[in-house]
Amino acid sequence: MTDVVLSREIARKFTGGETRIVVEAGTMRAIVRQLDEKFPGLKSILGEGMAVAIDGTIFQDFFLEEVGPDAEVCFLPAIEGG
Amino acid sequence: MDGNANGYRWIGTRTIRPDGVDKVTGRAAFGADFSLPGMLVGKILRSPHAHARILRINTDKAETVPGVKAVVTSADFPEIPPAEATKGSSPPNYRHLSQNLMAREKVLYDGHAVAAVAATSAAIATEALALIEVDYEILPHVTGVLEAMADEAPVLHEDLFTGGVDPKPEKSSNIAKRVEFAIGDTDAGFDAADVIVERDYDTEGIHQGYIEPHAVVASMGADRQANIWCSSQGHFMVRQYCAGLLNMSIGDIKVTPAEIGGGFGGKTTVYLEPVALLLSKKSGLPIKMVMTREEVFRGTGPTSGSYMTIKVGAKRDGTITAAEADLRFFAGAFPGAPVHLGCMCGFTPYDIENVKAIGYDVVTNRPKAISYRAPGAPIAAFGIESAIDELAKKLGIEPLALREMNAAKEGTRTAYGPTLGVVGFEETLEAAKMHPQMSEPLGPNQGRGIASGYWFNVGGESSASVSINEDGTITVTSGAPDIGGSRASLCIMAAEIFGVDIDQVRAVIGDTTATAFNRHTGGSRVTFALGAVVIEAAEDCVRQLRERAAKTWDIDIDAVEWENGEARPAGENAGKFEPLTLMDIAEKTPMTGGPIGVKKSSNVQGPGPAFGTHICDVEVDRETGHVKILRYTAIQDAGRAIHPGYVEGQMQGGVAQGIGWALNEEYIYGEDGRLQNPGFLDYRIPVASDLPMIDTVIVEIPNPTHPFGVRGVGEIPIIPPMAAVANAIEDAVGLRLTSLPMSPPKVLSALDDGH
Repeated sequence: MTDVVLSREIARKFTGGETRIVVEAGTMRAIVRQLDEKFPGLKSILGEGMAVAIDGTIFQDFFLEEVGPDAEVCFLPAIEGG
Repeated sequence: MDGNANGYRWIGTRTIRPDGVDKVTGRAAFGADFSLPGMLVGKILRSPHAHARILRINTDKAETVPGVKAVVTSADFPEIPPAEATKGSSPPNYRHLSQNLMAREKVLYDGHAVAAVAATSAAIATEALALIEVDYEILPHVTGVLEAMADEAPVLHEDLFTGGVDPKPEKSSNIAKRVEFAIGDTDAGFDAADVIVERDYDTEGIHQGYIEPHAVVASMGADRQANIWCSSQGHFMVRQYCAGLLNMSIGDIKVTPAEIGGGFGGKTTVYLEPVALLLSKKSGLPIKMVMTREEVFRGTGPTSGSYMTIKVGAKRDGTITAAEADLRFFAGAFPGAPVHLGCMCGFTPYDIENVKAIGYDVVTNRPKAISYRAPGAPIAAFGIESAIDELAKKLGIEPLALREMNAAKEGTRTAYGPTLGVVGFEETLEAAKMHPQMSEPLGPNQGRGIASGYWFNVGGESSASVSINEDGTITVTSGAPDIGGSRASLCIMAAEIFGVDIDQVRAVIGDTTATAFNRHTGGSRVTFALGAVVIEAAEDCVRQLRERAAKTWDIDIDAVEWENGEARPAGENAGKFEPLTLMDIAEKTPMTGGPIGVKKSSNVQGPGPAFGTHICDVEVDRETGHVKILRYTAIQDAGRAIHPGYVEGQMQGGVAQGIGWALNEEYIYGEDGRLQNPGFLDYRIPVASDLPMIDTVIVEIPNPTHPFGVRGVGEIPIIPPMAAVANAIEDAVGLRLTSLPMSPPKVLSALDDGH
């Protein structure tokens, strides 16, 4: 089971305020698909300008990343530096 | 050199800079050094108004001047509709970028480009610019962030509605976006606190201050094949943005990078390149454009200024129970202030159960803000690290001890969501505690300040090739400009993998046809991400070298090992053969299968985040308000310092820029909205006599996702200095300064007022 963490902003808009969602999927693509099925429209937000941290490691382009069975996946804004 | 204490031969050594001789002898070719036969000079006409509607532009007179070969205005650029603003891979907002490049209906800041001329000489181009007639309807302007957020503020963009709020506003606003990051319950956290500090802070917009102005040579042929030579932080970025802005195919544009004389985030976008291409297209000749320093200040991106409210609460024992930040950053003329990054980084050094950070991205009549080292984080840290210091004083706890008590570590949940992995913040605090500066006595009007900072670091798309030359030397070709020593670090990592002398390896930055795509140099990503790609390519080369030795000896590749730059039989069972050096194998490649070279591309992920802690000693002159930096030490977790000299250089450079930000640098606008100080005489960056030798301590907690443990190092050093200086001033004279820059007039005024 993967623990997905969403920001309060996104949660307010899509999940009724729930910031932690549990899903069962092995890749980020599958996680996003499941979230979108559960909360329609969420994919459009998560797929644009967002990064994820999988167990604390940040992935800027994440759709193909594999996710371990007990992983924590946290969505955050994509990061650019100077 | 046969190795060092870390067990590596080259990693962690101070090899000679590959670019050093060229730079100190003046042979290095920067953006303005390139020339082509028949080249024209391009110049830009800029708005004298902060906010005005363009009623009419007449270029007829300019076009008739002998020697003028082309004139362009926004009418020559494709208009990018909102629906296509963010097309393509990792796009900027092309609509805003295009409008910033050349004003359309309105000029939005003093210095906004309105037209450009190409002529046979600079004098003729300047004469022609003066003959371009622009009729303006001057509009009310706003340059301050709070003023721009007010209901009655003049609105810059009628089609801009605040994002991140629900329901979507019906009235346009200068507030482009609201963001929020939170964990826990800050109300409950503050209820549990025994001591609370709350204060407002403000910072001015400042420029990245790179010494080399923007410069380009562009040439477009009749077949629309284009060549660009320029200084930037990413020639692939230049290619991509020019194609997007001019509706060109990426494959029709080749960009060759020049040496870069500083960028610090300010050269992560385009200003001149698309204009030069259009002038070249129109004139049929190559165009050279070089900004003046005044143009750099008036027309290119500074970083945001801000108005912040910070609140922090703790129990008597020092446990921080809650923290809040309201950050309002101005973005200049188009949205995009790095306020979300300030919100995300600000409280990350601390393990706090209840955190809320709210950010506002606000447009103002100033040049569009662009990245500056660790964009957003230094601004937030000024307020937050000042508040932490004030909280410590109120609690009667040493500021360093309060940080130790609440320090983030592996497993700490951040306010922006993720749990931290392996990080080295506690180690930087420990190093600070043990540093001799902490026990050095201070005199009258002298004080000591501590501040810390956090930055994520960045990875991203990276491509490189490693080639074995015929004589056994090695060429590493990469596609991200070398700003902070990446050629040296790539050579070191390749030499380590090959086990050869460092002088056998050369690194070059290839043009956009030499490698596959590279993300621009920024976010402290190149040594980490490109390094990982070069290591992979070098390891593949070593595998091929073993394969060639195996063929030569007619044994299995698994029976060949690679050690100290030589192929050797792996044990007695492999057979008895004299070792083959890299040179031996390279010379024989025609007979063993042909040249050896490996190209690798990867989207490198998992950059190791980093922390830094700084110690600053100051002396305040009570008569003049001048603050003298007596001593300064920067401590930072570099993961693994590939070339410690370059890491120290990054740390010292970041501190120097941070001290300038703290004490002197600021954009000064008149009531007419015009920039009053667009030059280094009036915009004062620190000079050598302003600074002591900056001491550095490199902490090494290896990043587990990189083969050598590398973390980015370029961003962190600019995050703590402003708060470190402010905290030192408070320690010296008992006054909490909350407004940057803490220039002599402000310090004197605070001393006179006694607050």
